[in-house]
Amino acid sequence: MNPLVSDAPPLHAPRKLKVATVSLAGCFGCHMSLLDMDERLLELLEHVEFDRSPLTDIKTIGRCDIGLIEGGLCNAENVQVLREFRAHCKTLVAVGACAINGGLPAQRNQRDVGQMLCEVYCHHAGAVNGSQVPNDPELPLPLNHVHPIHEVVHVDYFLPGCPPSADAIWSFLTDLLAGRTPQLGPGLIRYD
Amino acid sequence: MNDNRIDALSPGTFALDGHEVEFGPGDTILQAARRAGHYIPHLCWHPDFAAHGSCRLCTVRVNGRSGAACTVQAASGQDVESNTDELNTQRKTLLQMLFVEGNHFCPSCEKSGNCLLQATAYQMGMDGPHFEEFYPDRKVDASHPDLLLDLNRCILCGLCVRASAQEGKHVFAMGGRGVASHLLVNSESGHLADSAFSLTDRAASICPVGAILPKRRGFAIPIGQRRFDSHPVSQEDAA
Ligand code: SF4
Ligand code: SF4
Ligand code: FES
Repeated sequence: MNPLVSDAPPLHAPRKLKVATVSLAGCFGCHMSLLDMDERLLELLEHVEFDRSPLTDIKTIGRCDIGLIEGGLCNAENVQVLREFRAHCKTLVAVGACAINGGLPAQRNQRDVGQMLCEVYCHHAGAVNGSQVPNDPELPLPLNHVHPIHEVVHVDYFLPGCPPSADAIWSFLTDLLAGRTPQLGPGLIRYD
Repeated sequence: MNDNRIDALSPGTFALDGHEVEFGPGDTILQAARRAGHYIPHLCWHPDFAAHGSCRLCTVRVNGRSGAACTVQAASGQDVESNTDELNTQRKTLLQMLFVEGNHFCPSCEKSGNCLLQATAYQMGMDGPHFEEFYPDRKVDASHPDLLLDLNRCILCGLCVRASAQEGKHVFAMGGRGVASHLLVNSESGHLADSAFSLTDRAASICPVGAILPKRRGFAIPIGQRRFDSHPVSQEDAA
């Protein structure tokens, strides 16, 4: 018997890892896919604690181990939030097609953003006469183009899919929590 | 595998990742490897047409030097490396270049699940884009009653060019230089509708990606039953 190994429970349980999540120019589908891991969420919660996330009420992000980013960058606020996440998270993950290559929202990159706003807010059938593009400074300005997040901050891992399956997210997170380099096995890499 | 032996005709054998591969007269490394059931990644090569040599996915090391397996002739005693970490990493980089160069938004592409580019990227474990996106704004040609051409997904493999030339129609050609290279349609207006292209052409079904698509047929195959849902692309050649 190795005298250094005792059967007694450890005095302190290992610290839970802090995870923050956010949806930038996303559809919340990647978050839904995260919830799709169903009862495995309970097991996950034994190892992690959520910081700022659409699933918590925390308004500003604290020091975190893992940041999960859904959605690309479509406006100024997205860029600011992304930079805050990068500054606070040891490991930053681009989750889903939008965060990875802009996704379907990036199809707007073939058009002029000003013209699109006018089309939707001023000329759209049903718009009240004299309707204007919203111009309150409270509102974040849209960027000319939608961008993937790796074009603005360093990204540690990409988790592809639109959305990634719950199995892919589970496999990714269990690897990360165990200290392994996440490796999506066969069948878990999907872009659609 | 032994059904595919060439026996008497074979001028010799070479080694592919340590396996002995027999080749026939005039075989390239890719042709011989495939006949023996070995997968070498490829996008622009097709068994029915002459090699093109544009995608570079099939790059192998032959006696220590790089070469495209689809154009290098097989020869006795060659030592060919293909399935190595170094070459597969290079292939992943080539795939990442193809992805950022076009608008490959697979979530809304009708070819998803049936696309050779996508399946090869899965095979090489491509998880992210690595490079900055080009977001090209090339015209989509929807003029033809039965077929659609989205040049933002074209990988310039030239298969439609070769297929159309082989059936004597010459509907397609390559034009432009450098990053402006693009597929041309042979008609006065440059539109598909004014060309001789038809749904029954071989060239209408040869595109390995979602650039040439039949109209009104999208999303017909349930998820799970698409070409690459059940098996990785490497297993098609091993069949
Ligand atoms: S052509 Fe292939 S890789 Fe490109 S978007 Fe369509 S499915 Fe994806
Ligand atoms: S349209 Fe399709 S077949 Fe033709 S060059 Fe482009 S990718 Fe190849
Ligand atoms: S298959 Fe050889 S270069 Fe494309």
